[in-house]
Amino acid sequence: MTDVSKLSSTKLSNAQPLLDIRGLRKQYGPLEVLKGVDLSMQRGNVVTLIGSSGSGKTTLLRCVNMLEEFQGGRIVLDGESIGYDEVAGKRVRHPEKVIARHRAMTGMAFQQFNLFPHLTALQNVTLGLLKVKKLHKDEAVALAEKWLERVGLLERRDHFPGQLSGGQQQRVAIARAIAMNPSLMLFDEVTSALDPELVGEVLNVIKGLAEDGMTMLLVTHEMRFAFEVSDKIVFMNQGRIEEQGPPKELFERPQSPRLAEFLKNTRF
Amino acid sequence: MYESPSWLHELWVARDTLWAGFLTSVQCSLLAIVLGTLIGVVVGLALTYGRVWMRAPFRFYVDLIRGTPVFVLVLACFYMAPALGWQIGAFQAGVLGLTLFCGSHVAEIVRGALQALPRGQMEASQAIGLTFYQALGYVLLPQALRQILPTWVNSSTEIVKASTLLSVIGVAELLLSTQQIIARTFMTLEFYLFAGFLFFIINYAIELLGRHIEKRVALP
Repeated sequence: MTDVSKLSSTKLSNAQPLLDIRGLRKQYGPLEVLKGVDLSMQRGNVVTLIGSSGSGKTTLLRCVNMLEEFQGGRIVLDGESIGYDEVAGKRVRHPEKVIARHRAMTGMAFQQFNLFPHLTALQNVTLGLLKVKKLHKDEAVALAEKWLERVGLLERRDHFPGQLSGGQQQRVAIARAIAMNPSLMLFDEVTSALDPELVGEVLNVIKGLAEDGMTMLLVTHEMRFAFEVSDKIVFMNQGRIEEQGPPKELFERPQSPRLAEFLKNTRF
Repeated sequence: MYESPSWLHELWVARDTLWAGFLTSVQCSLLAIVLGTLIGVVVGLALTYGRVWMRAPFRFYVDLIRGTPVFVLVLACFYMAPALGWQIGAFQAGVLGLTLFCGSHVAEIVRGALQALPRGQMEASQAIGLTFYQALGYVLLPQALRQILPTWVNSSTEIVKASTLLSVIGVAELLLSTQQIIARTFMTLEFYLFAGFLFFIINYAIELLGRHIEKRVALP
């Protein structure tokens, strides 16, 4: 179970960053999409990545849970090196089992929800609890029900994804990720595939989690939401962090011309 | 005056031979379908997720077998197995041929179904910490197997029909048994039609089973 009160209390007291990214480099063949990114997050922080398409926001997010391999730099989550280790000066990829364990330390919600269509809402949430956390069935069901209730979908527990609206599917997907009690939640443009009237219900769930002190790294195009919910906004441009800071400062007094231009062209 | 016996009378006389042939046809078809499906799923997985060196021999197997007539395959198993020092009877050789044929077809069907699944399904499985094999077992295969069901039923009925080719290597399946009865009674049309009807019964049963499973596992 996510002890959110504990997360809140550690927010200020723990100086060791929960997530520490140093010199992250990622390339697809000759194309370099991340060109040395440094980013750190404290427990309880909400950090939002913004930037135009192709700037590397989603890739950065996906590197944190090794859905993307990266070629250089280091990601440390809760004191553990993600993806690779230095052994005698050589970079060695972790075995699959270690990577799977590290992935379970983060939760991820995707743009396309990616619910498992052959499982009910409840089974979607319990799968990880039973097979990864190895919880007893009663315990897993109780926990899953608690989170489904939290996202307002307990009465839909036995519905299959095909019987749910986009917004409901995304809320189940968030419940599935968060029930695993991750140290860090990753949200990858979770409202981009939704009809405008369904965006609010998903954002409200995320807002609620932020208020509870959940540490979150988001990619979004919802600028108002980013402004309201974030402790820090990070503007990415062409594989680099161009500017970062508190939302008010960044939105009202952008330093780089590229950010100023981006904000001018963005719906707020 | 001599009165020729009725077809029903001859059918009654031939009942044991026909029943034995029917059972042999069912037996060799079922064996080939079950073993071929198991082989096909494993080969399909290897073709989809294996490294290049692993895919190569499976790709060779699938391409070779799919490009060979079943008749040739059955004959090859019958003659080549003993030549290679593997002493097997006609029944086993026939089942081997049909199994190899079924496996190669199921492999391609499974590969197609797995590759058609959205990439996000594997990513979402990994994101909650499932290992590759857990993701396969709990997320990907249950979806892929649902998808292949109609095509798999089709392949299975093809195997039942192809099992008649075992008659050429002397396996007394339904067709060969029927031919033996015809040689004795000269009631060609009647017994061939009856054999056709029995094959239809086997295939219709497979189709009904497939439809039943499809309905049971259908997603809303």
